[in-house]
Amino acid sequence: MPTLHATPWRLVKVCHMTHGARLQCFTLKWPANCKGGAERFPSSLDSHPCQTSGSALSSTLPPMPLTPPAEPDPEPKMNWASFYAVISGVNRHSTGIGRIWLSVLFIFRILVLVVAAESVWGDEKSGFTCNTQQPGCNSVCYDHFFPISHIRLWALQLILVSTPALLVAMHVAHRRHVDKRLYRLSGRSNPKDLEQIKTQKMKITGALWWTYVISLLFRIVFEVTFMYVFYMIYPGYKMIRLVKCDSYPCPNTVDCFVSRPTEKTVFTVFMLAVSGVCILLNIAEVVFLVGKACSKHLHNAGDSTMGAWIQQKLCSY
Amino acid sequence: MSWPALYAQLVGANRHSTSLGKVWLSVLFIFRVMVLVVAAESVWGDEQSDFTCNTLQPGCENVCYDQFFPVSHIRLWCLQLVFVSTPTLLVAMYVGYRNHRDKQRLVQVCVNKSQEEELETLKKRRLPIAGALWWTYACSLVFRLLFEGGFMYALYVVYDGFQMPRLVQCDQWPCPNLVDCFISRPTEKTIFTVFMATASSICMVLNMAELAYLVAKAVTR
Repeated sequence: MPTLHATPWRLVKVCHMTHGARLQCFTLKWPANCKGGAERFPSSLDSHPCQTSGSALSSTLPPMPLTPPAEPDPEPKMNWASFYAVISGVNRHSTGIGRIWLSVLFIFRILVLVVAAESVWGDEKSGFTCNTQQPGCNSVCYDHFFPISHIRLWALQLILVSTPALLVAMHVAHRRHVDKRLYRLSGRSNPKDLEQIKTQKMKITGALWWTYVISLLFRIVFEVTFMYVFYMIYPGYKMIRLVKCDSYPCPNTVDCFVSRPTEKTVFTVFMLAVSGVCILLNIAEVVFLVGKACSKHLHNAGDSTMGAWIQQKLCSY
Repeated sequence: MSWPALYAQLVGANRHSTSLGKVWLSVLFIFRVMVLVVAAESVWGDEQSDFTCNTLQPGCENVCYDQFFPVSHIRLWCLQLVFVSTPTLLVAMYVGYRNHRDKQRLVQVCVNKSQEEELETLKKRRLPIAGALWWTYACSLVFRLLFEGGFMYALYVVYDGFQMPRLVQCDQWPCPNLVDCFISRPTEKTIFTVFMATASSICMVLNMAELAYLVAKAVTR
């Protein structure tokens, strides 16, 4: 193969959209005899040229941690406390309304669930009594009228509703990774600058805005879906005192009595009310973000074509 | 997410309270939350399983229990403690908002190295209770008083006083006629109810004293 008498390096222009939706470009040196990956970020200029040509694609995807880095724990426990640690990490990048939503979620829903509601439903099966001595009838009737307990439905609802916030955390981690790389490549790699990237608060603009709004929409959809599922399984939100059951092996229609129906109704209504409050907070947050984006691009409409495009997309109705 | 987590949140907000506020927080957590968790919950633990009615009719005990105990004391106290703790978080949120606003102002004004030291002092400083913070704090005290009073009144109305009777008479269907039902540990429950009501009143007195102190301070200023 004839050797080319070209310079061993070639100059590559790499551009990146910053948080403020501005285009920022750097000129980098990339080994000229390497194929592939030139249009993406090279992993390191100090590494052997072409070492990463095969893995250039994989090296461009930054690690996306699902959880913020935690202290090493020999026995990570899966309980509401560790869940709280994960979700409250997202708090820094939320709006004010998002923080209020998180507090309402943890204090009025998870805390009340753990300290109060779980003990009310604790004896739901042992306290469920049917007016018969036929073995098996109690179990069958309980299973027929309570396919899934309220407590489990609420636990699932709380987990699913909190999880879209992790989308935002992943996006922020990705952005930080990209920023760190750019800093290193442009020569500003002292530890102080890299620390600053970690602690700086991201502005909710550009792609992060879309991620945030999508996570809010998912939250609303999950909340409403669970409320609907609740209504379908337990129509009326009120816990009845007495159910009549005639499934096999019950001999005929037997009366079965539910334990603590009034207390259960009180807590069901409470949890549904707080769920409604959370939906309203999420809707308010979506309206706030959309309004802020509209007003910002109305002001910047003359500055850039992007502004005009967004203005047309968001505010033309 | 449990009482310790709530405690951690409130202690953070405690820095901006008056001394009476700090005393109130200690009374709340030592004499109410801790007593609830270590003592009262075990007294009420067998409230339904040991509720015995003088009949073999299945379902009668469930129905009579539900009629005389619509909401258990323990749950009422849990909700009361959760609601009473929440106004403090209002104050914490306001302080967080103020710090954020001051930080932004500082970033715009100073552009040199002393900015970092200023930011640190900003985080660590204790805000004087004046102006909008005074109003937020006073509102949180009023809400605390309302919640305490509201829950104590609810307990009094639902259970007709603070005493737990030994025997209740019930004739709800399916009980065949008027049956006697016996409550488990009535004296112990009465003692704890009175204790919690007393602790609640002390907290209300502390809140009223704190409110009076704030008003007096504002008037003299």
